[in-house]
Amino acid sequence: MSGHGVALRVIDCGKTFADGTRALAPVALEVGRGETAVLLGPSGCGKTTLLRIIAGLETPDPGGRVLFGDTDVTGVPIERRNVGMVFQSYALFPNMNVADNIGYGLKIRGVGEAERKTRVAALVALTGIEGLERRRVDQLSGGQRQRVALARAVVVQPSVLLLDEPLTALDAALRERLRGELNRLLRKLGITTIYVTHDQAEAMALGDRIVVMRKGEIAQIGTPRAVYFAPANKFVAEFVGAANLIEAACNGATLVLPGGTLPVANGAIHGQAIAMIRPEAIAIVPAESASLVGLVDSVSFLGDRQRVLISAAAAKVMTADVPNAIALAVGDRVGLAVEPAAIRLLPGDAT
Amino acid sequence: MRARAIFAAQLTFTLLVAAFLIVPAVQSMLAGVTANYFRGIRSGLTLQWVQQVWQLYADTILRSFVIALATLGVTLVVGVPAAYGLHLRGGRLSRVVEEIITLPLAIPGLAIALALLLTYGGLSSFRRSWLFIMVGHVVFTLPFMVRSVLAIFAATDVKTLDESAASLGASPLRRFRDVIVPNARPGILAGSLMVVTLSLGEFNLTWMLHTPLTKTLPVGLADSYASMRLEIASAYTLVFFVMIVPLLVAMQIFAGYRNDPAGRHQ
Repeated sequence: MSGHGVALRVIDCGKTFADGTRALAPVALEVGRGETAVLLGPSGCGKTTLLRIIAGLETPDPGGRVLFGDTDVTGVPIERRNVGMVFQSYALFPNMNVADNIGYGLKIRGVGEAERKTRVAALVALTGIEGLERRRVDQLSGGQRQRVALARAVVVQPSVLLLDEPLTALDAALRERLRGELNRLLRKLGITTIYVTHDQAEAMALGDRIVVMRKGEIAQIGTPRAVYFAPANKFVAEFVGAANLIEAACNGATLVLPGGTLPVANGAIHGQAIAMIRPEAIAIVPAESASLVGLVDSVSFLGDRQRVLISAAAAKVMTADVPNAIALAVGDRVGLAVEPAAIRLLPGDAT
Repeated sequence: MRARAIFAAQLTFTLLVAAFLIVPAVQSMLAGVTANYFRGIRSGLTLQWVQQVWQLYADTILRSFVIALATLGVTLVVGVPAAYGLHLRGGRLSRVVEEIITLPLAIPGLAIALALLLTYGGLSSFRRSWLFIMVGHVVFTLPFMVRSVLAIFAATDVKTLDESAASLGASPLRRFRDVIVPNARPGILAGSLMVVTLSLGEFNLTWMLHTPLTKTLPVGLADSYASMRLEIASAYTLVFFVMIVPLLVAMQIFAGYRNDPAGRHQ
């Protein structure tokens, strides 16, 4: 049952609510057939509004258009868009049992009872909720509800699958496990998927592409790797993963810092710059042979690695994630080495 | 010692208050089965007054039930979709509409009746039918239905349920039938019982709106107090009790049904 999706295009869709608040500036987005795009951003960034526009639960401001494949669905209500949607609260129908919940979309489409049973059973097996078919929804755990909601949304073979923070209501351990399951399932189904989350780890694990949003605008669209290694601006750098953002003078080939210098490979400029360095890109080396030195401020042992805060190297305290075997003490004078390619200079204006 | 005295005083007070409320009811019901009220119970017990009430006023009792059920029908057909619309739309306009629906509670029934008479009194066949009274009852009971359904909608996040049914392809009508009404059932039941009891007991409006041929139970009761022997009026009260108590019991049973989660399962 793969390959039911269509390509999705959002053209100049903005949203201004009746009270004048602008939830979304006109944005454009293209999602390929079978692709999973994750809308990522803090609360209030417009990601849910964009999802609801794609779903048909909100109409975009005049001029905005939504296309499923070659069909313009802008004026089509949600019930005729053939979408599958998983809500943050799951919104399972309390008056129906699990099987009736999953089969509801098929019943609406006039699918006969025999076929309905087969297709519901297939989804029950696929989502691993065998034995719960006759349960009432208030007898299910959070993880089971999430699976029922997903089964109910995909059983109708939707053109586009829409997921609104489907894991947020779960506790951390379960969230991580279901994230893996969800990932396998989405790959297997091959449905065009829009996934909304504020959790960057979820976004990177699930997305073919990530759409980072901020204050109603798209800050960057790219693969998880592109967004992580080559963030478009300071906001993306800080929102996706941890980042050292260092303001320093650049002389065309190296950054000049209070504790020494760092060679830069890409896009070196003359003048003030903001350099982004991921904590794991910083290596601790002997101070004598290093071009940049600093003082160990604190060491936190995290098990698989240790997080070291280093002062005096740059104007701000720098964070480095280093292997757990290196012995470090507060006050040690250490050398810092960074691969020139791992330093990214960001435009200074975007805050 | 002191504690016992206080307890005794409290008990006496409670019993006195209870007696103050219960004695008139018991006395009235007793009067309805007493042969001659002025000579007291000694004159003997009889069911002749109850029989007379039935002969004289059976039509008012039947009419009251017809009006109550018709009122219920109208408040269901109008009130439940209205509550759905008000809840989904939300915002200030919805609150204003809700207030307007509730307004008849604050206006004396007599004033509402007068307004209805001034406006529709000229339509003589309508004026003479029991439907005229039913309209008054709908105006008076609709807020109870709307509010009780709205309360359930607010408690169950019915908006997201509606959106989720829509995402599965259900038309607004289908959503209303499959998802909204079944999940609003406790509120609809509570509202229904309220509407039926209020309609059965309504006097103010009905007294103004009735004609000699469209008396309801409470109007008949007033009529019997005004023009019949006290025993007949009392027997009428007895009949009224017998009618209304099963309803109150039904209300209790339904309330229990609502609290039992299995009750929501079809």
